Parts: sequence; C-alpha cells; structure tokens
Amino acid sequence: MISAGDITALGVTLKLAAVSTAVLLVLGIPLAWWLARSRWRFKFLLEALLALPLVLPPTVLGFYLLIALGPDGPVGALTTALGGSTLAFTFGGLVIGSVVYSLPFVVQPLQNAFSAIGNRPLEAAATLRASPLDRFFTVALPMARPGIITAAVLGFAHTIGEFGVVLMIGGNIAGQTRVASIAVYDHVENLDYVNAHWLSAGLLVLSFVLLVVVYAMNRRVRVMPA
Amino acid sequence: MSIEGRFHARLGSFQLAVELALPSRGVTALFGESGAGKTSVLRAIAGLDFHPGSQLSVNADVWQDEGVFLPPHKRPVGVVFQEASLFPHLDVRGNIDYARKRAGAGQGAVDLERAIETLGLAALMSRSVDVLSGGERQRVAIARALAVGPRLLLMDEPLSSLDAARKSEILPYLEALVREVEIPVIYVSHSLDEVARLADHLVYLENGAVAGAGPVGEVLTAPDLPLARGSQAEALFEATAGGYDERYALNLLDFPGGVFVVPGERLAANSKVRLRVAARDVSLTLSPHSETSILNVFPAKVESLNPSGRAQAVVRLDVGGETMLAHLTQKSVESLALAPGMAVFAQVKSVAVLA
Repeated sequence: MISAGDITALGVTLKLAAVSTAVLLVLGIPLAWWLARSRWRFKFLLEALLALPLVLPPTVLGFYLLIALGPDGPVGALTTALGGSTLAFTFGGLVIGSVVYSLPFVVQPLQNAFSAIGNRPLEAAATLRASPLDRFFTVALPMARPGIITAAVLGFAHTIGEFGVVLMIGGNIAGQTRVASIAVYDHVENLDYVNAHWLSAGLLVLSFVLLVVVYAMNRRVRVMPA
Repeated sequence: MSIEGRFHARLGSFQLAVELALPSRGVTALFGESGAGKTSVLRAIAGLDFHPGSQLSVNADVWQDEGVFLPPHKRPVGVVFQEASLFPHLDVRGNIDYARKRAGAGQGAVDLERAIETLGLAALMSRSVDVLSGGERQRVAIARALAVGPRLLLMDEPLSSLDAARKSEILPYLEALVREVEIPVIYVSHSLDEVARLADHLVYLENGAVAGAGPVGEVLTAPDLPLARGSQAEALFEATAGGYDERYALNLLDFPGGVFVVPGERLAANSKVRLRVAARDVSLTLSPHSETSILNVFPAKVESLNPSGRAQAVVRLDVGGETMLAHLTQKSVESLALAPGMAVFAQVKSVAVLA
C-alpha cells in the first residue's frame, strides 16, 4: 500500500501544481495579451527570454534560482531585508521555480489564442461602447477560453512532472518541499522498488484522470460554443 | 447640423486627403473603386484609426481635432463591418444584448424592437451565431449596431461578402431599415446598384480624395465625373404612383418631367418610388414619334455633350428640371446636329422601379 509519507509528497505535488498554475495564469494572461497585441520593435528579445526554460537543462535553471533565492542573491537579499527568510528550500521558493520553469508552456498557448482572435472582434466591441478593459474581459478572455484551458493544463502537468528544478532548490523537506517526483527518486535510490511502484502508479493514474477530465471539458467547450 | 471631417493620412504609398461635409440626415454613400479610400474614411469616422492632423465634428461635437481624439468606444456610432464580426461565444440575443447593455444615454435613439422585426430576426434570437447563414449573420450585425443606440450608423460594404442570392435577400431589409431609422447613415459601397437603391447623397472618392459630392441624382449624372461616362451610367428619378392601367397592368408614375409608364403590379396610390433609367436605354429624336413601341417619351433640352472615347458621347438632358443621361454614338450626335440648348425628345426604353 502507498505509504503515508508518499501521500504527503503527492499532496505537496498537487498543491505546488495548483498554486503554480494559478500564479502562472495571473502572470501569463496579461503578459501573453501584451505579447499578442504589442508592436514593440524589440518584442522578440522578450519572447526569446521567455522561451529559455524550454531549452535550458532544469538543473541550470535550478542552479541560477538557487543563487538568486539564497541569502546573497538579489531575491534572497530582498526577502531577508523585508524581515523574511530566504526562499531557498521553502514551498514559496518551489512555486517561484515552477513558475519560471513552466512560464513558456503557459504563455505560448495563451499568446497564440489571443493572436487568433484578431483585431476585428475587438474593434466591433469598441464600436459597441466597450472600453479596453471591458473588451479584454468580455471578448478576449471568453474567445481565448480553449487556449486558457490548454495553458492551465500544460502548466499544471508540467509542474507535476517537474524534477530538476525542485532537486536544486527544494531541499526535500517532508510535508513542505518533498514532491512526488523526488520521493520516487529517493525510493529508487534506496532500492525500495515497492514504494517506488506504488507512488509512480499513483502519479500515473492521477495525471491520466486529470487529463481525461480536462480533455472531456475542452471537447464540450468546442461542441457548445454558446 | 452636419458631419464635417478632414482626414489626412499617408498609408504606405496611398495618400488620403479627404474633406467631407455631409448632411446629418438620410443615407450618404461613400462610393468609389476598391482602394479609393472609402473604408479608411469610415474607420477614421468611427475612431478605429487615428490619423494625426485630421479633424472631425458631428453636429457641433468635436470628435477629433488638435489635441482631441475621442476613442471609438466613446463615439455614439454603430458600425457594420464587411464581415458580420459577431461574437462567437454569444448567441444572437447575447450579441444584441452586448450592445444594448452598453447603450447608456443613446438608448432609444433607434426603435430596436422594430428594427429586429424589420430585419426578420425575431425567430433567430436564441440561435448560436455559427449556425446562421451569411445573410442572417449580417442582419444580426446590423441589429447589434443599432442596439447600441447610435446617433450615426456607419456601414462598410455590408453586402460585399455575400453572394448574389444572399445580397438580394438582405437588400429589402436594408432598404426598409434605412428609411425607418431617423439617424444619418454613411454607407460605403462600390456597387452602383446598392447606391442607387439606398443613397440620398453621394460622395465619389477617387485615389484618396473626394472627386464629387452632392445629392445622389446630381453626382451620378455630373458631366465631369467618370460615373456619367461608364457603361453603368444612370439617372435616378423620384416619382409618385398616380394611377394604374388595369387592362395592360401599367403603373403611371408622376415625376416633374412627365409621367413614366411602367409595367408591373399595382403600386399603392401616392406611394413614393425611385426610378432608375440607364443612359444606354435612352435615345433621342427631334420629333415626338407617335408610331413607336416605346411608351416613355419626354420633351427634353440638351444641357451638355461630352465625348466619351472616339465613338461615344454622353448627353445630359434637362427633363422638366430633372437630369437624364443618354449614351449616343458620335455619329448620331452629328447626324441629329445636337447642340446644348436644343429641344429634343427622349425615348426611354426601360425603367427600373427601385423602391
């Protein structure tokens, strides 16, 4: 049977994925909207920067995050100056790492969805007295709904599957930063294949169920656009 | 009370330099070839494009001037685009309500329920917009533009994306509608047929500038514009149904130059109709032929003669104060020795009743 420690690790994984997805959407939606609409000449620089986590080994990303979040890093210095502790080896640090790591997976589908809307529906809304903010909430967001769902799924799934970044900045503290992927790694390291099997199967079933639910929802969205 | 605008812009190699003074009632058509700048002018009026240094005032309200630019969502306009541009995430009612909710002070400027009725939308209200035909979508778009309570309705070739069948389906709705609404309409078109049916005023655009403007009948027949020379050249007449010849099913339609005799179903007595007479259907004689198959013969005076190529000539005629066009060959002009001021008889081979 799956151990209590592994259930806790699964719980941390789900919590991390949920919080990261929420943060990713809150940051990613305005960012993607801006990227889809802006005609700024140097936009491509920002786009390249945002795509970096796709290319970099997670350990490299994790290494830089560890430095940044540590007591001598800029983020760490800021949080300690504000009376807090450094974020390295904390859940908050994991969220930051996950958000950076998964950002391109969320921003790109959002940006594509916003670009696909085109100018015309927004112009039509403008001539119907909708202010820019009104147009964003009543036209852009609803029309981009399939893209937002895709972005959320990718962000969530990518965070569940995260390993390298967590390994570098997580610290493997049970109940706080010990996520399922790390726990599986530990079990295998200790040749505890039974628990590795239970946890891996649990993660597999959980991921599959999540994806089935989301794809089923997404299908209904497409069939009934109203 | 009028709409006055001066728009200046350089869009790539295209130069827009348009000055407009439009009446604040009736339907004004912005007419011209593709690329003449019609849509650019309409978008500038709607505030969708910003051209620095341009000016626009509508009924003494300044919408654009030095340091002033009213954004589109603050302009009391309704816009119908070439494609319906309905919101796919809302049904027909949702699309119309989107506008109605935001109408604010403009509400009531247009009788929306009546417009929905006129546009034949009552049965479609709870449909999803992607099951609608092209014509239905465009009718919803028109209702939606009216629902926002505009004080000015802008239509950018609303029929051009439809096939001929859909076009003839929606045109009667449009004709009824523009006569019903009490707000000015600016209608962009490159179809002479739509202009003849719908417009009261006509602005003829050429290469980004106004080549001619005025009442539709005058601009269509203006001797210095290409409209009077083209193969589609025509003159319009406002007539009143006077009587009906039961035996031959002929309507007698009074206009200042006489009586048009037009076959067809009986028109309601005293109803106003617009008649279209193509320049190629008008021939001239020096005496009133009594023995002719042509029913419509009117005494006329030659106003001007303009050659159109080597073979053709455009003759402008004064028929009881109204202008009629005749396309003749140069040979006929010479053999009749036509000259300005000459009294002639215009034989009209066919007349179209537009509304």
